[in-house]
Amino acid sequence: MVNIKNLHKKFGALKVLDGLELEIENKGIIAVLGPNGSGKTTLIKSILGMVVPDKGEVLVMKENIRKGWNYRKEIDYLPQIANFPGNLRVTELISMIKDLRNKPARDKELIAFFNLEPFLNKKLNKLSGGTRQKVNLVLCFMFDSPIVILDEPTSGLDPVSLLHLRDLLQQEKEKGKTIIITSHIMSFVEEISDRILFLLEGRIYFDGTVADLKSSTGKSSFDHAIAHLISPENA
Amino acid sequence: MLKILKYSFFDLTRSSWSYVYFLFYLLLGFVLLFLNNDLSNAVITLMNVIIMLVPLIGTIFGVMYYYNSREFTDLLLAQPVKRSSIFLGQYFGVALSLSLSLILGLGIPFAAYGLFKSAVIWDFSMLLVIGIFLTLIFSALAFNIAISTENKIKGFGYAILLWLFLAVIYDGLFLLSLIYFQEYPLDKFSLIASMFNPIDLSRILILLKLDISALLGYTGAVFKDFFGTSKGLIASLMVLLLWVIIPILNIARVIRKKDF
Repeated sequence: MVNIKNLHKKFGALKVLDGLELEIENKGIIAVLGPNGSGKTTLIKSILGMVVPDKGEVLVMKENIRKGWNYRKEIDYLPQIANFPGNLRVTELISMIKDLRNKPARDKELIAFFNLEPFLNKKLNKLSGGTRQKVNLVLCFMFDSPIVILDEPTSGLDPVSLLHLRDLLQQEKEKGKTIIITSHIMSFVEEISDRILFLLEGRIYFDGTVADLKSSTGKSSFDHAIAHLISPENA
Repeated sequence: MLKILKYSFFDLTRSSWSYVYFLFYLLLGFVLLFLNNDLSNAVITLMNVIIMLVPLIGTIFGVMYYYNSREFTDLLLAQPVKRSSIFLGQYFGVALSLSLSLILGLGIPFAAYGLFKSAVIWDFSMLLVIGIFLTLIFSALAFNIAISTENKIKGFGYAILLWLFLAVIYDGLFLLSLIYFQEYPLDKFSLIASMFNPIDLSRILILLKLDISALLGYTGAVFKDFFGTSKGLIASLMVLLLWVIIPILNIARVIRKKDF
């Protein structure tokens, strides 16, 4: 589904991605982890075509993304910071994105799922951070695309909504989608992910399941295993 | 692209600034007509205002809209939409709404004053055409500046400097060079130099159309020879068109390589 070959990206003097290779063929939830500034968001944005790589290839559904933009029909994306045009109402934003995508959407179901009805006629700049994140989630999940990319979906959510999100992700996974996710909440990642990708210095440093990670680092808890990967003597 | 244009346009029609701009022209039109009591005098006064103000507003609006819609842009970039459609749609949304404010704001008072029955209708239309050209040119230049400058304050600074340069400083330099090289024949030089500044070019086009080029003296005669003919008119409108097309092509070129 997603193939990345020898991806390089520099921002000025800062090398963010350094010959990254990645193949995602399987369905399920893939967590991309790594310390701050390890290139998680840059990797995601390269798949979406928002960042133009210096070198290397990204193929989505076997199509080189440099040639087109139509492949984004197959991807639902949740940006890290939920920035929306502030003077729009929630309903207007949702219908605008629906109009742009021109695909059947299940927005009503998701609005009910996240209890967003009271906010539908509010302007987006009047919403709290958590509510905005829920709107963000509705926009992301309403199209049922085969690839879903979530950049920090947990940010700003209260514990109840977090449980909701977990249920939703489980449902989506059972539909056979490929879900790529970044998060800093380790318990959340440990519970949901089928595959862990650990980024360090612009490359994939570890690629495997949670159990693989624990056994290869010799740690019994997931948090410690991740901390072990980040620790300086290891890096 | 049309969808993006539609959203940008509706977004702008909700912004109070579009109405302020529209009301300003409406007021200006009525006041000028009231004070001059004559359509053709009002057109001449209006020219001086349009030549300076339209570029300034186009520049500021262009930069402001680009920076204000960063969030909207980020949202659109992840959707199955072509990059150039996003930015060109936004650009034409701004240019269209500014042009509409100009046309309606000035058109209503002049129409109410009996423009359609008077002989100055062609002069007035020329004024509006030039106004639309200047809007297209300066909002495109502003988009160019904003796209290549991440820092908003710097972007605004550069945009204002650009306006100041083309509206004031360029003329100063032009004049200085005319004085300095007055021993030499300067007709060709001044013709060419005015082509490189859309504001100068617009001013000359309107002055000649209004048939007050006698005010321009000897150079005026040369200019009349060139711009006064239909060939000259077409050539200078072509140059204005180039001033629109080149910045737009540059927008499309720059965003192809830009990271978001």
